[in-house]
Amino acid sequence: MKIALMGQPNSGKSTIFNHVAGYKAVTSNFPGKTVEYTLTKFKLFGQVAELIDLPGTYSLTSFDLAELEARKYLLKGNVDVVINVIDASLLSRSLELTLQLLELKLPMVICLNMIDEAERKGIKIDFEKLSEILGVPVMPAIALKGRGIKELFSTAYKIGEEKRIGRTLNFSKEVEEVITHLSTQIKKKQINQEFNVPKRFLALKYLENDNYFMENFKNKEKGIFKQIDYFQNLLREVHGRPPDVVISSERHHLSMNIYESVVLLTKPHTSLIDYMDNILMHPLLGYVSLGLIFYLFFNLIFSVGKMVEEPLLDYFYRLIPLIEKSINPNTLLFSIISGIIQGLAGGIAIVLPYLFPFLFGLAILEDLGYLPRIAFLLDAFLHKIGLHGKAVIPFILGYGCTVPAIMATRILESGRDRFIASVLTTMIPCAARMTIIFALVAFYISPQAALAVYILNIIVIIISGKILSRLLPEVTPGMILEIPAYHIPSIKVALAKTWLRMKEFIFIAWPLLIVGSTILSLLQYYKMDMLINKIFSPLTSLLGLPLVVGTTLVFGILRKELSMLMLIQAIGTSNVGAVMSATQIMTFTIFVIFYVPCVATIAVLWKEIGSKRTLFTVAFTFILATILATITRFVY
Amino acid sequence: MTITLDLARERQKVKVMDISGGWGIRQRLGCLGIHPGDVVTVKKSAIMRGPILISIHGNQVALGRGIARKVVVEAE
Repeated sequence: MKIALMGQPNSGKSTIFNHVAGYKAVTSNFPGKTVEYTLTKFKLFGQVAELIDLPGTYSLTSFDLAELEARKYLLKGNVDVVINVIDASLLSRSLELTLQLLELKLPMVICLNMIDEAERKGIKIDFEKLSEILGVPVMPAIALKGRGIKELFSTAYKIGEEKRIGRTLNFSKEVEEVITHLSTQIKKKQINQEFNVPKRFLALKYLENDNYFMENFKNKEKGIFKQIDYFQNLLREVHGRPPDVVISSERHHLSMNIYESVVLLTKPHTSLIDYMDNILMHPLLGYVSLGLIFYLFFNLIFSVGKMVEEPLLDYFYRLIPLIEKSINPNTLLFSIISGIIQGLAGGIAIVLPYLFPFLFGLAILEDLGYLPRIAFLLDAFLHKIGLHGKAVIPFILGYGCTVPAIMATRILESGRDRFIASVLTTMIPCAARMTIIFALVAFYISPQAALAVYILNIIVIIISGKILSRLLPEVTPGMILEIPAYHIPSIKVALAKTWLRMKEFIFIAWPLLIVGSTILSLLQYYKMDMLINKIFSPLTSLLGLPLVVGTTLVFGILRKELSMLMLIQAIGTSNVGAVMSATQIMTFTIFVIFYVPCVATIAVLWKEIGSKRTLFTVAFTFILATILATITRFVY
Repeated sequence: MTITLDLARERQKVKVMDISGGWGIRQRLGCLGIHPGDVVTVKKSAIMRGPILISIHGNQVALGRGIARKVVVEAE
C-alpha cells in the first residue's frame, strides 16, 4: 500500500514521517523546508507499505518547484491513500487545500495535527462533525509527541483497503452551474482522462486559469477552450472579479462556513513565547538581537570547540612518536599509517569539536522558528542585491551544508532568483569550511580574526550579488512568507537532526579522508606530489603559500575540510602554526572558502541550474578566490 | 477611504477590497487566506521600506513592500 502525506507547509508531515521512518527527513519550523519527496518502507498490519513525505503545498495550483513536485506525485495516480495533514491551529485556511484534495476523489484521511497548540490558541474542534461534513475520517494527533500516530495509520490502512473517498462539496448555485456545464463538455471530449483527474477537478482548474493544464493543450482542443473562455467571462461579468478570484473566494467561503460550524472558540492562553516577536521582530531591537544571537552563537562554537580540540590534539601528537619507535620511519608502511593517523586526527580532533556545537545550535534556531524572522528583518537588504527575504533561508542553511541549501533555493519563485541565490550560496562557508576558519584562523591567530573572515565573506557575497543582479536586471517577485508561531525546540529532535547531518561527515568524509590520506602518502613516498605541486606552483607562489599546498587544494575539491586535513599531512605536523605564518594561514583560508565548490555541490548545481551556469559558477568562484587571496597576502 | 496596504499604520485593522496584482499574486495571497473581504491587522512594519507583518485568521504573514502595494484596503 502506498500512503502519501500531503498538506500545507509546516503542518508536520515530516514529523509524522520521522515517527515511522526514524529521523530521516529534516524537520524545521519554517514553511517549505521539504523540497523533494522522501520515501520509506514500513510494516503495516504485516504488510510492507510505502510512506511518502511530499513537500508542503498551499493549494493544488502550484507556484514553486517544490509545490509542483507534490502535485505531480499525487496526479501520477498510484497513491492508495492520502493523509491530509492539517495544522489544527490554522484549520480555516487549511481546509481550502482539503476541499481541492477531495475533488481529486482519492481515498483520504485527515490528520488534525498540533491539537495541543490549537487548544492553547483557544480553538476547540468537533472532530466528528468535521468528519461528517467532509465524508472522511478525521484523526487528531500531536505528531511531535507521537500521539495519535498509530490510530492515524490504522485508519489510513482501512480507508486504503476500502478505497473509500470523501464528499465533494458544492459551491454557490450560479458557480456550480457553470462548473457542471464545463465538466459535461470536458467529459464529452474525454480530456480529463488524459490528465487522469476527475472532470470536476479539471473544470475548476480551467476556470482558475491553471497554466499546467492549459499549455500544450490550447492548440489541440480549440473547441473546449472557446467554451472555457465563455464560462470565464460569464463568471467575470456576474461577479465583477477575475474568474480565478471567484473560484478561490468560493472555496474560502465554504472553508469558513465549515470552520465556523465545527469550531468552538474559547479564550486563548498566551505565554511568554508569544511576546518574543515584540523584541525579535522589533524595527530596532530585532537587528540588535539578530547580531547578538549570532555573536553568541559564534563564541559558543569557538569555546566549546577549543576546549575539546586542544586535549585531543595533544593526544594525537603523542601517538606519532610511539609509532616511529615500532615501525621504521623510512618504509612505505610507516608513511601510510602515519598519513591515516594524521587524517583521522584532523577529522576527530579538529573537525568534530566545532561541527557538533554548530549543527546543534543551528537545529535549535531552525526548530524555534527564527529563520523566517530573519527573512523578515533582512528583506529590505536582500532587495539591494536583487533578491527578496526568503533567500535568507538557503543562505542560512548554507552555513550548515551547501548541498541542501542549494536545494532550498526551490522555495524562490523565479529562475533568476534561484540562480543568483545558488551562486551566492556556494560562497557561504559551510560547516566543513567553518572548521577550517575555526581550527586554523581562530585557533592559531585569534577569534577576532575568524569573525573578520565571516564579515569579509558577507561583504564579498553582497558585492557579488550586486554584480549578478546587474547582469540579470529582472525584478524579483517580492516576498510572501508565512511567519509560523514559535515552537519550543525539543532537545531530542534537535539531537536527532544534528546526528543526521553529522552522519554525512562521519560516513562519507572519514572514509574519503582515509583514502585521501593513503593516496597522499603514496604520492609522497614516490615523490609524485612534487609533480602536482609543480603544476600548481604559479598559483601557490602568487599567493605566497608553501609549495605542498598545491596537492591539498586538489583534495579540497572532493570535500572542503580535506584541504585542511591534507595540509596537516602534507606539512607533516598538526601544529600548523609552527610551519605557516599568520599571513599564510589567512591567505590559505580565504582561498579555500571561495574557490570552486566541492564535488557534491557541483553535482547539485548541475541538476538545479544546468551545466552552463554551473561552469560559470566554478570559474567565477575560482577567479574571485584568487583575487581575494592575493589581496590578503599583501594586505594582511 | 481606500489605501494600499503598505501605507497602513502599525496596529491598524483594515479590510481587503481588491488585489491589483496579476494571477500569480492573487493566487498566492489567496492561499494564505488573503481574499477580498478579509480583515487583516498590520502588526509590524520593517525599517528601510522592508516588509510588513500582518495578522490574518490567527496567522502571521510577511509581505514585501512591493506586494503590499498591490493590496487595496479600506481602513475600518
